[in-house]
This record gives sequence, C-alpha cells and structure tokens, in this order.
Amino acid sequence: MSIDLSQFHQVFFEESFEGLDSMEGGLLDLNPDDFDVETINTIFRAAHSIKGGAGTFGFQVVADFTHVVETLLDEIRAGSRALEASHVDLLLRSVDCLREIMQALQDGDEPEMSLANDLQGQFEAVLAGEASSESSSSDASVLSPDVQPEQAAEESSDDVDGAEESKGYWAIYFKPDADVLRTGNEPVRMFRELEALGEFRSQAVVCDVPEFNQLEPEACYLAWNITVAGGTREEVDEVFEWVIDESELSIRWVDGVPSEADLGESEPVSADTTAQETVEDVSEVVEEPVEAITEAPESVDAQTQTSQPQPEETKPSEPKASKKAASKSSPETTSIRVGIDKIDSLINMVGELVITQSMLGQLGANFDMNKLVRLQEGLAQLEHNTRELQESVMRIRMLPISFTFSRFPRLVRDLSKLMDKKIDLVLLGENTELDKTVMEKIGDPMVHLVRNSLDHGIEKPEERIAAGKPETGTITLNAFHQGGNIVIQIIDDGKGLNKERILSKAIERGLVSEHDRLSDDQINELIFHAGFSTAEQISDISGRGVGMDVVRRNIQELNGTVEVESTEGVGSTFTIRLPLTLAILDGQLVRVGEEVFILPLVSIIESLQVDMSMINNVGGQNEVLRLRDEYVPIVKLHELLHVEPDNYELENGLLVVVEADSSKVGLFVDDLLAQQQVVIKSLEQNYQKVDGISGATILGDGKVALIVDISGVLKIANQNKVRTLPGDHQAA
Amino acid sequence: MPKILAVDDSASMRQMVTFTLKGAGFEVEEAADGQQALNKAKQGSFDLVLSDVNMPVMDGIQLVRELRTLADYKFTPILMLTTESAGDKKMEGKQAGATGWIVKPFNPDQLLNTIKKVLG
Repeated sequence: MSIDLSQFHQVFFEESFEGLDSMEGGLLDLNPDDFDVETINTIFRAAHSIKGGAGTFGFQVVADFTHVVETLLDEIRAGSRALEASHVDLLLRSVDCLREIMQALQDGDEPEMSLANDLQGQFEAVLAGEASSESSSSDASVLSPDVQPEQAAEESSDDVDGAEESKGYWAIYFKPDADVLRTGNEPVRMFRELEALGEFRSQAVVCDVPEFNQLEPEACYLAWNITVAGGTREEVDEVFEWVIDESELSIRWVDGVPSEADLGESEPVSADTTAQETVEDVSEVVEEPVEAITEAPESVDAQTQTSQPQPEETKPSEPKASKKAASKSSPETTSIRVGIDKIDSLINMVGELVITQSMLGQLGANFDMNKLVRLQEGLAQLEHNTRELQESVMRIRMLPISFTFSRFPRLVRDLSKLMDKKIDLVLLGENTELDKTVMEKIGDPMVHLVRNSLDHGIEKPEERIAAGKPETGTITLNAFHQGGNIVIQIIDDGKGLNKERILSKAIERGLVSEHDRLSDDQINELIFHAGFSTAEQISDISGRGVGMDVVRRNIQELNGTVEVESTEGVGSTFTIRLPLTLAILDGQLVRVGEEVFILPLVSIIESLQVDMSMINNVGGQNEVLRLRDEYVPIVKLHELLHVEPDNYELENGLLVVVEADSSKVGLFVDDLLAQQQVVIKSLEQNYQKVDGISGATILGDGKVALIVDISGVLKIANQNKVRTLPGDHQAA
Repeated sequence: MPKILAVDDSASMRQMVTFTLKGAGFEVEEAADGQQALNKAKQGSFDLVLSDVNMPVMDGIQLVRELRTLADYKFTPILMLTTESAGDKKMEGKQAGATGWIVKPFNPDQLLNTIKKVLG
C-alpha cells in the first residue's frame, strides 16, 4: 500500500510555522539566569515535532537542521548544559532560518541552505564544546540514528547469508520476564511471527511454574525452546526486539535438521554462554545502522519523488522565473483554524434559517391577504437570520490580533539591542479579533511604525535619565474595538515629534509656506505627507526608503486611517483605525439624479440641509460650508462623477459631511436613501480603477451602485483647488 | 475491526497515521495529548494505543503508566512513536509498561507492518 504523503504537507507546514512561532515566543521569554523548565520543554517539543514531521514527510534538510537544534535544547532541558545568552541568540537565528527554509519548501522552491549550514556548524561547535555527556548524539552527520529495519537487515545479514538455502535452523531459548504480559507483549504473537519465517517447533519449559497457591495469574512463568528452520538473524532478532532487554534469550544457528533433542536439552547448559554471545551480537547490530544512515536521505528523497509525481513533472520544463511567479500566485490553499464554537453557532444559525424558510414556504403555498402580517413577520425573521448568518460567517475569518502582535517582541528585542536602547514592549488587547485579510496587510505598516518609535521616539538610556525619565522606555501596542472598527495604537514614551524641525523641513520642501498658520495636529500630520520622508532621515532601522506616506497609503488601501498625537518630551501615539472586514461595508445610500452611490457610514459625520448663510465663496469658484468653527470645502458629486443631478443649487439638495485623513469635505447630493450593509465588489477586477470610487456593489433591485472612496474624493477636491475643475476625470 | 487510539500533538502526524490505519480498515480515534487520550480510553475500548512521547499536558510515558493502572488496558498493546535515538525513552517507555515502539521517521508501510504484527 503506498500513500501519497504530500497530502499532509500543508498541515505539516502550518503546524511547523506555529511551532516556530511558539519556539520564538518561548525563547524571547528565556532569561539565562532564571528560567522556567516548562518553557524549555515547550521549545523542545516544538523543535522535536518539526523534526519528526520533517523526517516522516520527506523534508530531510529540515530534519537534519532541526536535529542539532533539538540536541542542544535536549541538553539544556536535561540540565547537562547550562543555558547561555549566546544559545538563545543562536536558537532564535535558527528559528528564522528554519522559517525561511520551510517557506521555500512550501512554495516548492529549493531552499537556500548556506545560512543553515553555517548555523549548523555553530551548533556543532557549541555541542562539541565542554560538558556534554551526550557527545555521541551531537555528531550532526548522524541524523537520528534510528534503526531502519530494511537497511539494518541488509547490512547485517552477511553472517547468516543464505540461511534459508543452507540446511540449518535457529535454536532459540526464550524466557521472558515474568511481567511480559503486563507490557502487552504476548509470546504467542512472537511465535506466530517466527512461524512465518520457517518451520516452527516449540516446547514449553515449565520447571519455574510455582505451586498453585503461589501462582500469580498475570505473571508469565514459562520459558520455551524453539526451533525455526528459516529466516535471517535480523528477522529473528526483530521478533524479540521489544522484549530483548528483559528476557533471557539465546539464539544460535545449527546446521542440520532440527530434532526433538534441540527442544528438550539445549536450555540450561548453554544458556549462560549463548546469552553472552547474543548480547555481543546485538550490540553489533545496533552499531551497524549508523553507517546505513548516511544513505537514508537519498532513500527518503526517492520516496517523496515517487509519491508526488504531479508537481515534479511540470517543474523542470518551466523556466525558473515563471515557476517562482506561478508558485507565489498559485492558490496554495491557505487554511484557517476556526474555533468549534464558531462553527456551532453557524450551524445553529443555518438551522434557524431553514425553519424560517419552511415557514415562509408554507405561508406561500396558500397565501391570502389575511396572512400578510405573518408574511411580514416571516420576512423580518428572515432578515434577522440572514444578518446573523452573515455575521457568523464573517466571524470565521476573524483571528485574534495576537497573530500580528507576536512578531513584535522579537523585533523590539533585536532592534533595541542594535541601538543600545532599553525598551519594554507592552501588548494590550491581544485577543481583539480582526479579519484575516486585514491582519495580513496591517503587519508591515505596523512594523514600520514600531521601528519608527524605536528609532526616533525612544531616547537612549542616558538621554532618558537626563530628562528625568526611567531608563527603560516603553512601547505599547494596544488593540480594541470601537464602533465597527478595530483601533490599533502604537504608543511610546519617547521624546515626541519635534514640531519645529518638522515645520522647518516642510517649509524647506515646499509642502507649506512660512505664512501658513498650522495647529499642532496639522504639523504632526505633515510627517505623513508624500515627499516629507527624506534621504537624511534614512537609518538602518526605520529608514529603508519607505516614508510615513507609504504607511498611510497602505492603511488607506484597507479603508483605514492613521493619525498621530504627540507631546514633545512625553511621547507619541499612532492610532490606526481599520474596518473589521474588507468584504462588507456599512453604507449610506445617496442619490444623485438617477444614480445611487454608497458612502461608507464610518466616514459620515453629519448630513444637513444647506442654509445659504452658512456658505462662503472662496476665490470665486470654491464654495465652503461654515460648520461651527470650521470651514468645510464642498464637493458636488455630480460634477465629480459627471452625472445629471436633480438640483444644481445647494439650497435644494443635501450636504453630507464626511471625514477622511483628518480633513472634512461636504458632499452635495440630491437625497439620502437607506443605510445598509453592502458586499464590496472590486472594480479593478471587473472593470478598471476609477479615481474617487473604491468599488461597487449590487443593490436589492439588481442595480449596480458605486461606492465612493472618500479619501480619493478629498484628493480630487484638493487638486481642484488648484485646477478649479475636475478636468477630464471620466467616471465609469 | 480492531480499534486504535492514535495520540500525537502534531496534527499532520495524526492525520497521516489515521489516514494510513483507516485505509487498512482499522477504526481510529485521535487524541492530541496524553490527558485527552486517557479520557478517550476510559470512555471507549481500544485494541491498541499508538502514542507519541513528547506531548504537552501529559506525555506519552505518563499516559502508558496511567493506562496500565486501568483494568481494561492492563494487557492492551501500547506502542510508542519515538524519535529518541539514545534509547533512554524506549527504556522509560518499557518500564512504564509500553509494549514496543515505532521509530520516527517511519513511513505508512512500516507503521502498518508493525501494527499488524501486534494485532496479529
């Protein structure tokens, strides 16, 4: 029976990545002077599982590499080696290295092994160093020197070569331990195996059976004399493999034909001498497989190749680049782990939906107007069920943000070491749930912000002491739900943004003029401005040529916002707001002429009927709304999107004040319609990108409605300030 | 058909073992650690227990000890899935009352051969 092991690879990779994460987490908790043995055990178990799985599923390079990692961990765990800080570093680097190797393997690429080989060398050096009682097992070339039955059989069968051809037999004396049955080992089973090797005869030796009143029913008092005419020494040894240590056993080869005498006499006389021979023989057998092991990797490779012919067939013919691209974009079925409670609630929900459906079905079968109220109730029930079902389905995609947070302890540890800063990382709200897709995309912007806080925010210890602050700085990552959003904050108690420098730099870059009067918030905002990030800002840590504008853009692509609050000398707080999911939007339907557009509900601040006394004209063309103490520019959606409105005059329509990127704009529309959740369909995928439009959806009546991209509209409105009219923006 | 309890904290390993054994016609139940396994063993009756050694909550060695105290599992074959090469875990397992071991990495055929041997 041959089983295609590749079907288990995906699960293996997933659990290995999880294992690596937990190794990393554990390692970061390890303090060489004072650590919890259970932490080491957890790390060891993860490494051990990866090694076992890798060996089984044919990833020999991973198994080889993990072996040295595991050996070091085992020694630390067993107390035969003291944990040093350098060990933790080495282990952390090997976690990174393994992650890369596994990623490559998962993508179907050839893993880059030079770093692994280098690290492996370092492990070997550590293991070869003083104080290990287990130096033999640290010999890295000997990978898990376990007996591979077939190979061992081949190697050691020389001495009995042709046993079956030549006339002869095995004469065996077997006296199992009295407790043999209590280990689940059954002599009868062994005899059955021996029987399969050749003609089998046995005679029980009953001389040790005690008087009946002393007999323990669960103990085995018997011994046996056995002859087997066939089988190799290896095969015979294998039968007794599990009991050999506790049993009196002698096995010898006798030329000729078995006779009754063999069964009767051989035992007591020869037992001692032959037992010793046996022990020697066994030790030989155990040593030999070590040589055999060097062949093991090949055989394992061969196995995987034959077991997964499909991918192998296509790969070699393709050019390398395209193969890589293909493997990246190929829908490697990513999976997601879902708590059983979520599934249960889903099933519950579907049950209710089915009940509602059958109720409506019955109602429809013989409907008359008397039943109208019940129909309405039923439809309300259906709406309720649908919404709950939708929410439950969405919840399946939700994962706790700890998946993203978990990478930061390592980052902060490494970077603060690099920069000689002392930093505590505090994680709050780790169980806050977030859509998996959003989670995947928010990681990089967050890394950037945290690097930024580390680099520019937190001061060096001496500066902190001079400023009267504790020597160790704190970076806090905080996540919580607020309305339909998830809010993620990156808070540092560093020196805060230097407003004068920001302002002078912004003036230097021509982003603002010297005469502009800017509020503190507006000055802080400038760091997100494209063109603010400059060459002199680039450092190893936060520079990388990526500015805050890119961070903001990435977050905006997720329909999110990022803001900064900062007090000089006290610290900065970056606040990211994201929708819980990308797939569904709470929308306000608005009408412009014949067309219906959707505004994201989260961006709407208020809607109002225009009182012309609140409207000012700026520079002849641009109208602004005076809303309490603010002036809000007005954008006429019909002009922007080139549709025919009912009303051209502001006093006849409605203004919807929306906010994005901390600035507001009043959108002029004809009418407000319903609020509803809409499923977002991508315009890029179905048509092309349109400025000012973030997507489309299908309404209840089957019409397509466009979803307005508020920040896009703001951008266009700002351009219009300069160019007056939207020029040639062509709406879809 | 004999019923087997497969215990391993690694999901891929459990899947592989289960798939292999079910393919050969055995009934299989899974457990992710020793404690789970012990609970399942108490509820059902198994003809063979196949257990990993290194597991969280309760390791395989302790599982064997616990199982052997139960009347129903006094003589039941218990095989350890072990990668330990030094032999100490094998010995520990034996002393705890394990029947034998299967050395990781193993392939499905090796697994089946060993199990068939034990179950006759």
